[in-house]
Amino acid sequence: MDGRRPALSGRAARAAVVGLPAAFVALFFVYPLGSIVERGLTQGGGLDWPGDVLADPSTLHVVWFTFWQATASTALTLAAGLPLAWVVGRFSFRGRSLLRAIVVVPFVLPTVVVAMAFLALLPERLDRSVWAILLAHVFFNVAVVVRIVGGYWAGLSHELWDAAATLGASPARRFREVTLPLLAPALRSAAALVFLFCFTSFGVIVILGGPRYSTLETEIYNQAARAFDLRAAAALSLLQLGFVAAILAVSAALGRRLEGARPLVAERDVLRRPRGRERAAAAGIVAGTLLLLGLPLAVLVERSLATPAGLGLGFYRALGAETPALLVPPWHAAVNSLLFAALSTVLALAVGGAVAIAVARRRAAWLDGLAMLPLGASAVMLGFGFVIAFDAPPLDLRSWPWLVPVVQSLVAAPFVVRIAAPALRAIDPRLREAAAVLGASPARSWREIDLPLALRAFGVAAGFAFAVSLGEFGATVFVARSDRPTLPVAIFRFLGRPGAENVGQAMALSVVLMVLAAAAALLGERLAARRGAL
Amino acid sequence: MLGVHGVSVVLGDTPALAGVDLEVGTGETVAVLGPSGCGKTTLLRVVAGLQRPDRGAVELAGRDLTDVPPHRRGIGLMFQDDALFPHRDVGGNVAFGPRIARAPRAAVERRVAELLELVGLPGFARRSVATLSGGERQRVALARALAPGPQVLLLDEPFSSLDAQLRGRLLADLRALFAGLGLTVVYVTHDVAEAFTLGHRVAVMRAGRVVQAATPDELWSRPADDWVARFLGLANVLREGAAARVVRPEAVRVRLDPAGEAEVTAAERRGPAVRLRVRLPGGEELEAASTDVHHARPGDRVDVWIDPAGVVEVPLWDGR
Repeated sequence: MDGRRPALSGRAARAAVVGLPAAFVALFFVYPLGSIVERGLTQGGGLDWPGDVLADPSTLHVVWFTFWQATASTALTLAAGLPLAWVVGRFSFRGRSLLRAIVVVPFVLPTVVVAMAFLALLPERLDRSVWAILLAHVFFNVAVVVRIVGGYWAGLSHELWDAAATLGASPARRFREVTLPLLAPALRSAAALVFLFCFTSFGVIVILGGPRYSTLETEIYNQAARAFDLRAAAALSLLQLGFVAAILAVSAALGRRLEGARPLVAERDVLRRPRGRERAAAAGIVAGTLLLLGLPLAVLVERSLATPAGLGLGFYRALGAETPALLVPPWHAAVNSLLFAALSTVLALAVGGAVAIAVARRRAAWLDGLAMLPLGASAVMLGFGFVIAFDAPPLDLRSWPWLVPVVQSLVAAPFVVRIAAPALRAIDPRLREAAAVLGASPARSWREIDLPLALRAFGVAAGFAFAVSLGEFGATVFVARSDRPTLPVAIFRFLGRPGAENVGQAMALSVVLMVLAAAAALLGERLAARRGAL
Repeated sequence: MLGVHGVSVVLGDTPALAGVDLEVGTGETVAVLGPSGCGKTTLLRVVAGLQRPDRGAVELAGRDLTDVPPHRRGIGLMFQDDALFPHRDVGGNVAFGPRIARAPRAAVERRVAELLELVGLPGFARRSVATLSGGERQRVALARALAPGPQVLLLDEPFSSLDAQLRGRLLADLRALFAGLGLTVVYVTHDVAEAFTLGHRVAVMRAGRVVQAATPDELWSRPADDWVARFLGLANVLREGAAARVVRPEAVRVRLDPAGEAEVTAAERRGPAVRLRVRLPGGEELEAASTDVHHARPGDRVDVWIDPAGVVEVPLWDGR
């Protein structure tokens, strides 16, 4: 032995890369999910089909409303996002990348903040109506349409459009016969994502829907946390899981049908400066979208400052004092949120990063699906699963404060995979081969090639994971201890109590949360850009 | 037929076209030849209506086209990278134009079959464009551009991505097809051989201008200046004061002679002729194209004689 530490053998490294995240997912995702299945389908040791819950008229009503609002929200979001996708996908102009970054801000905002903003914005008559829900969903998801469709649009060769023109097609005809069919795959994946997000939306509906509007997601919460009917909650969870699986299957089938060879060209060849009437149209669209996105947030800030004694920081000052709404002074929630989100980010990067590596090298396609499941299985289900899985021996973790970052990391990890895997996959394998030929071990070439090249994506993923963890509400509300509330949970508690003072403090906390989440997401992108430039 | 008058285009901050004039007669093929970045493609886009000129006008059969949008011009364009619609099959691509023109379905199908026959791809209508080879894709693109029956067909380096052999075959097919249909054609290329093969006339472009438009024979024997001569591949451009003397390689006669005063420095067979570089006693080098020297090697001594009919004086390009 020459005394050097033996390098981790390839097989051991591979086993660690696949095994550790698999174990984490198995313990903290599959096991809680299994507990839900057990609670929903068995009683007293025997099989018990929860037909009474599923056939209940109120369940049918909830299912109907869930589908209805998700469909309407998706249609509205597409309509609202397409014009800006056109601007971003077709033109180059000053501030284009800034615009692309701004559009994403609503998406990383906590659902609770968005709900609060619309509560502040809409007149009394509308603020607990179905319109409030639909508008909030549009606000939230416009970024999905703009980024996915706009990015895809920017990759479409302008020559096809020109070719159609020289063959006699008018602009309207070109849009119908060339642009729309070519955009179909992007429209499909954007619509599927938005539909899924709206289908499992929780914070927006529980706050803006009030008692009148309930989706499967909020009904699971109601049954579990308010009515304490765990069997009904479990049955509804299984129903929701079935629907989500069906939605994913339909979307994937559609995707296979639409997938065709698309002509790709570099972005700078496609983008050009807008001319004449295009200028006016593009400027109008940008201004309109920014207004739609900015107004609710501006009103939220305004309301947080509007104390009974006039404009001032009264609500913010009150955050330092004891309140009957919480067991601790509200500012503790901010500290808890930051701490939990930091831990969750580390976990999500470890688990999601490992999955992304495995997926990118095509070692384990099934792992990709497994890591995506929390996204579809919904946060509320996850939180509910934690409650029933870890509340009794052998695993009694009810009082374990670190359950919060664990559950948050499961919600954030799929985003890490989604962001990091494409970046890793895009790395030319010949670079690794070149490194190997030059004498680098696999671990070394990963460190020297993959990591620096994918660093930007990991930075973005970290910022995103942090923002998602900060705002995570559906799962955290089940798991957080009363003496350790996070910001979204604290806002929700304030809202549950009457009085202008409580609403005002909820608004102030929402502003704090909004600033933290937006800063985290933008910082990740910015840091990554700087490091990536080295 | 087609007239381009004083067309100027500024793209961003750089002038892409600086006052281009070009006339194309009915049934004529004009090859626009120039190095990359000289504005050839921009010129085609202006003619097709895809790029609005900042100054100047485009005229077709006496009608000013400047304000006519591309889809109402009746000018066909074949793109450099074929630009086939990936969401339609071969027949769907070719049928696009006639369909837009509201031709009845039966007529569209007849037209598609006829054009696929014409470009040598009969029975390809239901094939997916993703399954085609590079040459087949270009043939489909040609059929698609011809399908609406354009008054003028523009081609933008359509074969630049194909290998030399295939390109040669397609060029021969194109020439026969243009002649057969009596088409008016503008063909853009950076390849001298291609331009000379297809063009009844060749318009040489440099830095956004047409510097010379002439038949291939005229170009070869009387290039407009020393730059054009070099661009055409005439290597023997000898500067003499304010002018240059161009000696065509076939006018440099070479005879192997151990007592000759000149020396071969390079020899290379190109088809029927041998390209030789010879160094004259004064030290200057000349390129010769000879059909009667065989087995020449560097170092061989030769006699050199220049046929005065192959020598022309041209002005020097002033660099603008």
